[in-house]
Amino acid sequence: MTEKYTALFEQHKKAGASFTDFGGWQMPLKYASELAEHHAVRNAAGLFDLSHMGEVWVTGPDAAAFLDYALAGKLSAVAVGKAKYSLMCDADGGIIDDLISYRRPSPKEGVDQYLVVPNAGNAAVVARALLERAADFDVAVEDASADTSLIAIQGPAAEEILLKLVPAHQHPLVTELKYYAAVEVGITVSGAVQDLLVARTGYTGEDGFEIYIGNLDAAGLWDALLEAGEGSGLIPAGLAARDSLRLEAGMPLYGNELSRHVNAYSAGLGPVVSLTKESDFVGKEALASIKAAGFGSTVGQKLVGLKGTGRRAARAHYPVLKDGSLVGEVTSGQPSPTLGYPVAMAYVDVEFATPGTVLDIDLRGKPEKFEVVELPFYKRTK
Amino acid sequence: MSKVVAELKYSAEHEWVAGDGSGPTGVGISAVAADALGDIVYVDLPDVGSTVTAGETCGEVESTKSVSDLYAPVTGEVVEINDGVVSDPALINTDPYGAGWLFKVAVTEEGPLMSAEEYAAANGGEL
Repeated sequence: MTEKYTALFEQHKKAGASFTDFGGWQMPLKYASELAEHHAVRNAAGLFDLSHMGEVWVTGPDAAAFLDYALAGKLSAVAVGKAKYSLMCDADGGIIDDLISYRRPSPKEGVDQYLVVPNAGNAAVVARALLERAADFDVAVEDASADTSLIAIQGPAAEEILLKLVPAHQHPLVTELKYYAAVEVGITVSGAVQDLLVARTGYTGEDGFEIYIGNLDAAGLWDALLEAGEGSGLIPAGLAARDSLRLEAGMPLYGNELSRHVNAYSAGLGPVVSLTKESDFVGKEALASIKAAGFGSTVGQKLVGLKGTGRRAARAHYPVLKDGSLVGEVTSGQPSPTLGYPVAMAYVDVEFATPGTVLDIDLRGKPEKFEVVELPFYKRTK
Repeated sequence: MSKVVAELKYSAEHEWVAGDGSGPTGVGISAVAADALGDIVYVDLPDVGSTVTAGETCGEVESTKSVSDLYAPVTGEVVEINDGVVSDPALINTDPYGAGWLFKVAVTEEGPLMSAEEYAAANGGEL
């Protein structure tokens, strides 16, 4: 695979980033200290390049019905301007991707429009699957991933920083924007006001925004946000901080917690699956059987949070043990920078998934005690 | 680029060794390794009085991102450990060749070690 670079690569290089491969993209792992970046997001704000994520526009008279068929959630029930977290499943109920869909205003009478945002590593697969699944629907599927950049500003200071780039009369658009909603907002980039899609979403457990912009103007927006955030503690943050932030917030990462071999019920994402929507959808039959069999409650394994009692952290793929027997596997784990103790997510046999259960994780030959706890590990105080 | 100190010797596993043979030998990890690990939050050192063997693991260094075994670059008895890095592991990032030293060994035998020039050339460090 040839390496891909976002439109912000030069910005990251100038800022001294060290890079890592993520889903075929060269992405900033950290700039100076990933711990400082993590704390900046919790206490002030951090700026993330998410341009590796996909953007697929779904437009047409059947757009809502089509997404009800292609995805596990009921996208037709999403109001214009709102967003929904959903899953794309295969016919066996395996998870192809977890993604966010934004319902946009109707571009013309009788036509609906959604923006579907898949993960970087799955963007091509999702775009292809959407095209395949669209065969019987009157809908156009346009993969705009290659031309679209995505910049996230996350943290308690995100709103005040963003407002510095928004004309005063449009401030209410931002301040009144609800979580999991999106709106076009005028933002000053390189001296000119551009209408950009701004979503109040994120992957950090903090308040924040994700802003979609064409590649040509992405660097201008990046620089403008950094400058606007200078007095507010805003710093660029890399994927290392993004990973520790989302883990504390108990959010799954595709490839770690989610895969084709995992079902929504074991992953704790049962509420995301709408078995009651009238229409058929890909994976419905399989998911109905999986649910009826009791996966995630009485059968198989369940995704849980684990809190370490010592200082050593669990890492992905470490075995989880009960009285010396294998009962699960860690999917993500590290020392929590905010909480000061090791945290992990793991799939464990359902009989050991109750909060309060103490399990051992084999940390490179030495077992260490971890307690099953409710997710998320960290919840911001409003 | 990560700094490599000219007066020290280095193992292939990124430990540095200081000592002129007149007393116990200080051991730490190079800035190259500290930078690659990221922010170090936990360090597990060998006990004072234990014997470490060149090329074998004798502890571990854990960052938010990853964990890495510590390999003894020399053989001998551990005579002192740096309590400062145990309580503040970030010293390994901020001052890997100074306050971030790890332990001291009464050396009976050195493992294969490189000069600073050799180590810098092999690992992209800056002398």
